[in-house]
Amino acid sequence: MQWEPVIGLEIHVQLATKTKLFSGASTAYGALPNTQACAIDLGMPGTLPVLNEEVVRMAVKLGLAVGARIAPRSVFARKNYFYPDLPKGYQISQYELPIVECGQVEVELEDGQTKTVGVTRAHLEEDAGKSLHEGFEGASGIDLNRAGTPLIEIVSEPDMRSAKEAVAYMKKIHSLVRYLEICDGNMQEGSFRCDANVSVRPVGRETFGTRAELKNLNSFRFVERAILYEIDRQIEILEGGGEVVQETRLYDADKHETRSMRSKEEAFDYRYFPDPDLLPVEVSEALVEEVRAAMPELPDQKKERFVYEYGLTPYEAAVLTATREAADYFEAVEQASGGEARLAATWVMGDLSAALNKAGTDIADSPVTAEMLGGMIRRMADDTISGKIAKQVFEAMWAGEGDADAVIEKKGLKQVTDTGLIEGIIDEVLANNPDNVAAYRNGKDKLFGFFVGQVMKASQGKANPAQVNELLKKKL
Amino acid sequence: MHEKTLSELSRDLKSKAISSEELTRAFLDRIGRFDDRLNSFITVTDERAMDAARAADRLLQSGKGGPLCGIPFAQKDIFCTEGVKTSCGSRMLDNFIAPYDATTAARFNQAGLVLLGKTNMDEFAMGSSNETSYYGPVKNPWAPAAVPGGSSGGSAAAVAARLTPAATGTDTGGSIRQPAALCGITGIKPTYGRVSRYGMIAFASSLDQGGVMTASAEDAALLMGVMAGFDERDSTSVDHPVPDYTAGLHAPVKGLKIGLPREYLGKGLDPAVEKAVEAAIDEYRRLGAEVREISLPHTDLAVPVYYVVAPAECSSNLSRYDGVRYGHRCAEPQNLADLYTRSRGEGFGAEVKRRIMIGTYVLSAGYYDAYYLKAQKLRRLIKEDFMQAFAEVDVIMTPTAPTAAFNIGEKVDDPVTMYLSDVFTIPANLAGLPGISVPAGFADGRPVGLQIIGNYFAEDRLLNVAHQYQQVTDWHKRVPPQFA
Repeated sequence: MQWEPVIGLEIHVQLATKTKLFSGASTAYGALPNTQACAIDLGMPGTLPVLNEEVVRMAVKLGLAVGARIAPRSVFARKNYFYPDLPKGYQISQYELPIVECGQVEVELEDGQTKTVGVTRAHLEEDAGKSLHEGFEGASGIDLNRAGTPLIEIVSEPDMRSAKEAVAYMKKIHSLVRYLEICDGNMQEGSFRCDANVSVRPVGRETFGTRAELKNLNSFRFVERAILYEIDRQIEILEGGGEVVQETRLYDADKHETRSMRSKEEAFDYRYFPDPDLLPVEVSEALVEEVRAAMPELPDQKKERFVYEYGLTPYEAAVLTATREAADYFEAVEQASGGEARLAATWVMGDLSAALNKAGTDIADSPVTAEMLGGMIRRMADDTISGKIAKQVFEAMWAGEGDADAVIEKKGLKQVTDTGLIEGIIDEVLANNPDNVAAYRNGKDKLFGFFVGQVMKASQGKANPAQVNELLKKKL
Repeated sequence: MHEKTLSELSRDLKSKAISSEELTRAFLDRIGRFDDRLNSFITVTDERAMDAARAADRLLQSGKGGPLCGIPFAQKDIFCTEGVKTSCGSRMLDNFIAPYDATTAARFNQAGLVLLGKTNMDEFAMGSSNETSYYGPVKNPWAPAAVPGGSSGGSAAAVAARLTPAATGTDTGGSIRQPAALCGITGIKPTYGRVSRYGMIAFASSLDQGGVMTASAEDAALLMGVMAGFDERDSTSVDHPVPDYTAGLHAPVKGLKIGLPREYLGKGLDPAVEKAVEAAIDEYRRLGAEVREISLPHTDLAVPVYYVVAPAECSSNLSRYDGVRYGHRCAEPQNLADLYTRSRGEGFGAEVKRRIMIGTYVLSAGYYDAYYLKAQKLRRLIKEDFMQAFAEVDVIMTPTAPTAAFNIGEKVDDPVTMYLSDVFTIPANLAGLPGISVPAGFADGRPVGLQIIGNYFAEDRLLNVAHQYQQVTDWHKRVPPQFA
């Protein structure tokens, strides 16, 4: 039987505020345990939450970016359960009335197709603290620095049909929240986390199969691997005549498997009810318009603009706009190069990207700045250097030997365009290879490349290739 | 000295007829002398009080210090006071030293009031008799066998016996007004949102409201001026101007329209209480008020609605007491479940557990709509009843409680009967309206309270109406003989 996976994602995005969702404590990452937890975060008796208004603006931003409905009135509820890193014994979250509903995003797939994925809702909630299970001899440590950090949980429709689609959607949301500057996107530090709901059904059937919820997916790679594993697991069960159990499963990245955490029967009854300590969140039309007016250009808009403004192919535009940093870098290169969009795109996607990958460096931290790369391209465009020499210049810039002009100067890489000089080299090459000259003149056209190579070699790569071609033809 | 009003004490302090140190010493002495009989204090902050009194005297000497600078008072042990045990009447918080001040505690400090100590109360404010306190029952100064009411029973008894000139209380279903009535003092529960809840340990967040308990309405007006006001740390606090409550006290009540809800005068009401309240209403008639009967048709629903909403909120509010960060922790927990069950099992008393269980039940999947959601709908109907009534009348008057103080142990095994002692006070909490209880005579030697309910933010009106009554009666001046 042919099976079709059905996947929906719940993405937890940590909002990049200075202070917590309901207290004035700092949200900075990496502080000593419990140094960024105030009385409110500790759930001290008598303390009360007060909403950080910046968070509402961020939620509106996200809502507008996914074309969603911004609820004029949303409500915080309490999700009640006991856990040592949950200080109040309940998490404040939005339940029945979330702030963002009914959106969608266009996702580019690897085959060049796009797919629309529905965003069911996005709601605000506070993060819990962390339980530390190592180094406390028979006890656990609790770090409440993260407790109360603002999150927005983005819940998708079950629209994805493969692990790859799920990853593409997740990458799209990752790109969006960074474009919007509402999240730093740092997955190692847990700023961007994901749970996946996975089920399978026979191809052609309309109803969904029983799903499992996969937790603890904190990288794109883990999402893909966990979903693939889970799809196989469920298919194996079904083909063996068994039934998939509705449950929550934890992904173990070391063992590369998912394992059962709790079944539906063991699922908590969270006893949600509206939090009486907080008033409903009211978002006025005016606030929505204010946020809309200040919206940055989003990836899809930028992609379109790159195609018509710079004449890039849709593929190039998609690659270059995948992150805001890459897009900004490209545009800075284009500008510094004096409008050489094509060369700028080729270099950013080619040599620069390869060097960054090899070094494991982000584009924002590239040792070759956009101004440096643009300056080098400018020298290519004005024929100071050839494309081949440019690779040498780039390597030198990467190694910290200064900008393009300095490298060209220091290494004497300036292109030779003096016709007399080039002719001299050509004459020498022809004189040194009489047999080949004769063979060429007898119709062995292929040897032309040999002569070009010899001339370039003799000029240490500095001769202008176009001129070499032209003059060689004349002389031969 | 202990029979003087706050305005008299304030005048004496200003004129240097007495120092705050002397005054504070005098009340601490009274607590030392009498509180063994009453058990009205959980903590007496002697040293701190004397330091604060001396600081107040320095301010007064230099001509600074507001009208209440140097006046001693007591806080219900539900308000967090930095560096002082704040137990909420529970074993759970018996070891809890609050690391911060409640907003209202900070306001009282700022005004120069001197904290004498923290008063006894029903555990987590859950009770109507002060019998659920981990620290033992409080006795009614008018009758040692009787309860003082609850949950602010310690504050009520301490003020009635003049162990403190004034005290704070909190009122979720009548916890200021009912003990005020049973102890023969004045107690006001302000409009929900009038007084900050920050640092006031939560029982039922949508109902809890802090207020003051004093000998007279005039004293209450003085203290309310300090306690009331917007607080940005409490999202449910309302940014509404605070009037000068003392300025409005003297307006005559001639022409005041008083509504008497017919639903409140029926079965369960003690005839002696009814008689005292009728006499009080007659007093208002003599002062020129117009009295008419009104109807609050959903009154019967108030107690059942309350016993869904309040436990639901409390079951969640009390989840934080888990033995992990502060408060009672069981000895040698074997694992997480053991830590939770034993810490909470040992830390909470029977009434608190009963309400946590009721609350957990009504919020559970499958029961939420039938209980919690329905209760919220009915709550709106109860509020609408009041809104219709206030279109016709200025204030509503009722008995504060259906009976005078009952005996200790009398209702302790019958929670439902106990719950009914708040039948007249609960509706104002559900609607968020202000209410005041004033002494209005005695039934068989035990005090009776008259409750006056007003429209939103009409605290000034309530204080005025109560004060006018106290100009022509002297019930509020009576001090229990043993404590004279």
